Amino acid sequence: MNTPSSLSSALPGFTRRSFVKATLSATGGLALGFHLPAIAAMDGPWATDVEGAEINAWLVIAPDDTVTIRVAQSDMGQGVFTAMPMLVAEELECDWQHVRAEYASANRSLREDRIYQRMGTGGSNAVRISRPYLQQAGASARERLIAAAASEWGVPASECRASKSRVIHEASGHSKRYGELAAAAAGITLDAEPEIRKPGEYQLLGTSLPRLDVPAKVDGSAVYGIDVRVPGMVYAAVAVCPVWEGRLQSVDAAPARSMRGVKDVVTMDDAVAVVADSYWRAKKALEALSPQWDFGEHAGASSEAFKARFLAALDEKGTIAEEAGDAYGQLENAATVIEADYSAPYLAHLALEPVNCTVHIQRDRVDVWTGSQNPESVLTVAAEESGRPTEQVHVHSCHLGGGFGRRSRPDFVARAVTIARRVEAPVQVIYSREEDTRTGHFRPMAEFRLRAGLDAEGKPAALVNRSSTHSILAGLRPEAVANGIDQSSLSWLTNSPYAFAHRSIEHHLQRTHVPVWFWRAVGATQNAFALESFLDEMAHAAGQCPWRFRRALLAERPDIIRVLDAAAEQAGWNTALPRGQGRGIALVESFGSICAQVAEVDVSQSGEVTVKRVVSTLDCGNTVNPQTIDEQVQSSVVYGLSAAFWGKVEIQDGRARHGNFDRHRVLKMAETPKMETHLVLSGGDKWGGVGEPAVPPVVPAVCNAIFAAIGKRVRTLPLSDQDLSWS
Amino acid sequence: MITLTVNGTRYEIEVEADTPLLWVLRDHLALTGTKFGCGMAQCGACTIHLDGEPIRSCVIPAAAAAGRRITTIEGLSDDRSHPVQKAWIEHDVPQCGYCQSGQIMTAAALLEQKSDPSDADIDAVMTNICRCGTYQPMRAAIHRAAELAREVS
Ligand code: FES
Ligand code: FES
Repeated sequence: MNTPSSLSSALPGFTRRSFVKATLSATGGLALGFHLPAIAAMDGPWATDVEGAEINAWLVIAPDDTVTIRVAQSDMGQGVFTAMPMLVAEELECDWQHVRAEYASANRSLREDRIYQRMGTGGSNAVRISRPYLQQAGASARERLIAAAASEWGVPASECRASKSRVIHEASGHSKRYGELAAAAAGITLDAEPEIRKPGEYQLLGTSLPRLDVPAKVDGSAVYGIDVRVPGMVYAAVAVCPVWEGRLQSVDAAPARSMRGVKDVVTMDDAVAVVADSYWRAKKALEALSPQWDFGEHAGASSEAFKARFLAALDEKGTIAEEAGDAYGQLENAATVIEADYSAPYLAHLALEPVNCTVHIQRDRVDVWTGSQNPESVLTVAAEESGRPTEQVHVHSCHLGGGFGRRSRPDFVARAVTIARRVEAPVQVIYSREEDTRTGHFRPMAEFRLRAGLDAEGKPAALVNRSSTHSILAGLRPEAVANGIDQSSLSWLTNSPYAFAHRSIEHHLQRTHVPVWFWRAVGATQNAFALESFLDEMAHAAGQCPWRFRRALLAERPDIIRVLDAAAEQAGWNTALPRGQGRGIALVESFGSICAQVAEVDVSQSGEVTVKRVVSTLDCGNTVNPQTIDEQVQSSVVYGLSAAFWGKVEIQDGRARHGNFDRHRVLKMAETPKMETHLVLSGGDKWGGVGEPAVPPVVPAVCNAIFAAIGKRVRTLPLSDQDLSWS
Repeated sequence: MITLTVNGTRYEIEVEADTPLLWVLRDHLALTGTKFGCGMAQCGACTIHLDGEPIRSCVIPAAAAAGRRITTIEGLSDDRSHPVQKAWIEHDVPQCGYCQSGQIMTAAALLEQKSDPSDADIDAVMTNICRCGTYQPMRAAIHRAAELAREVS
């Protein structure tokens, strides 16, 4: 009952179980080092020809009771390599100690009518969408194991129960291990599918379990895309035209060709790559080349010029995304009117593992090894680029060194396949850090103009919100951008829980030659910065506390108020702080979850900001693995703070000006605040996301805290560009 | 030909003397636990021990490591039994995990220097980037590793 494995047939003689690990260090003697049989030690997370009986596509049970659970979503740090198996194991009643996870095969999913349903990862929806069918897969397998035992014992299945990887019949004293029953269970069909458990009935879900991938991540054995070693493999370094939409005019390959280890120079429409027997040799040889680029029409473009254009649009009324009452009329009659412009820059994902992809094209098959957020799109793109039918393409999913949205775009896969077509060997294409950043696809830049009216008592009377930004969907699914409105660019602005009876939410969709893409938490990141900061401005203009000011606008949403109140309480909102220190509060509902945050900052007189503490409260409804949730909230806080302090991709001469971490600073240990997460769970049927919802509010929470500390309002990010000195 | 001693094994490697140690480890010796993140000593993903000192191997020419004792994550222990590895598992530190070899090597070197590091000691040394933001559990794990190391010795 083995699953079709692609890897074993790709590499004759190589099967995961039969290979003896190379013993290089045992002797202490002299070893000759080049292209050692590293593949032997490669124990990647991809789908394998695992031993045992396959009960359904999601799980295989081995004779020794090991349960292998297939994971169709990608773990980029958010914990799905553990959470998805937990959903199956919740129903399976197997011993968690015997669970191992591996990634599902995209090739199989496409061949077997999408047997894994969906394999993309994003939008914080792994648990939200997969939960029912993964629970069902586990429940169904459990019932079949019970049925197998019952029929063997000649007792009614209803008298048997499953527990800890055994089926037990109390009355007769019969008991059998799953490993003994699996082969028979695999042949059983149920008359009806069992019911799955509901919140309140769970035993495993809601408990904090250590991640299954942690051991391999503390000894260097976890195989990321960049670690793949295939016999005979060569490496490629690539330089893409630094200006998007530019072309390669010409390149003299001679300087590279004469260098040691160089196999080939591959030219593409918009790029050149050098293939060599090591990455360093490929990179050095690439640097020896002087490609002549045709930068095209965008060679003079800059983010400064984009900003002027985006801003100018704000003078005009935009496309109406949402409208209620008579916002403009109310503004005219308001006792107080405040207005402010906010500005958010392009942001790069900066996942720590630069994008890379290993491709081997053979006569009758194409093998692709990479870490991606969507192995199906990797497969499709590889098929297109190689001109092969999808059945011949095998994607081996590796661990991901971060994703944050970047790895949902398979551009680097297409590039690798293009290069591999010209090379008679498996080739690993590695982007340098600079290349990774410069060929990135960024969080859109955005300009905002907000206007609000307050009545004589300080109550909000009207809100006009104009935003001028990119549409990510325009390039992806143009039909989703009907009437010039991209809802993904409007998160937290439209359908807002804040009760502005008179409002006009307007939108100017912009386009530049700079490609934009989903960046952790997407549109809410820029929008929350503007709206949550502006609400703070409104509260101060009304002479009210920003927490209570929000509360008053949320009367219809007691669930949000609970989360907001918990944040204020846990943070000690009402305790006084000396000048130079302050607290800021912000709130966003996104990806099905509500997150409120209170940041506490210290601003030195010379303007240095230290974030001392961040309290996050989250309502994601129910939990799978609470420890992972805390970790994801912390991760989001750190990610958001990096963006708040330094995040900016500056465009100059049509290209991203900086490529490496020296100019793209990110938060380090010493700058990390004390972080606390408090879950305020509403339970019921609610299952909200956890990988993203804590990113958007932390940025305005910090900006609002800075205002509380020193009275300076941050309206342009990042903070490193602002003068925050005070006296 | 350069002779390197990595995790107790001597290797003779045909490689240009200026090749960064990182790439010799990864491409020539297939020790892929040491990671590439930036190539300019910014991120720390490539941290190894050179004669016990934490070094960012992406900027050290292989020739400069000849005759010295090189330890990579693969050589820290055979069975994840180093106190830092144990503490990392206890605290569920890794998320994507990509920075973790470098973090662990940096922390292990710190504990060699200071058996009971203060938070300030940790801040001063742990300058590796973690884009997943695992810093808080990592700090707790370093304190825990110090405790474990003291229990052993
Ligand atoms: S790869 Fe060496 S410090 Fe980043
Ligand atoms: S765990 Fe992902 S970069 Fe540190």
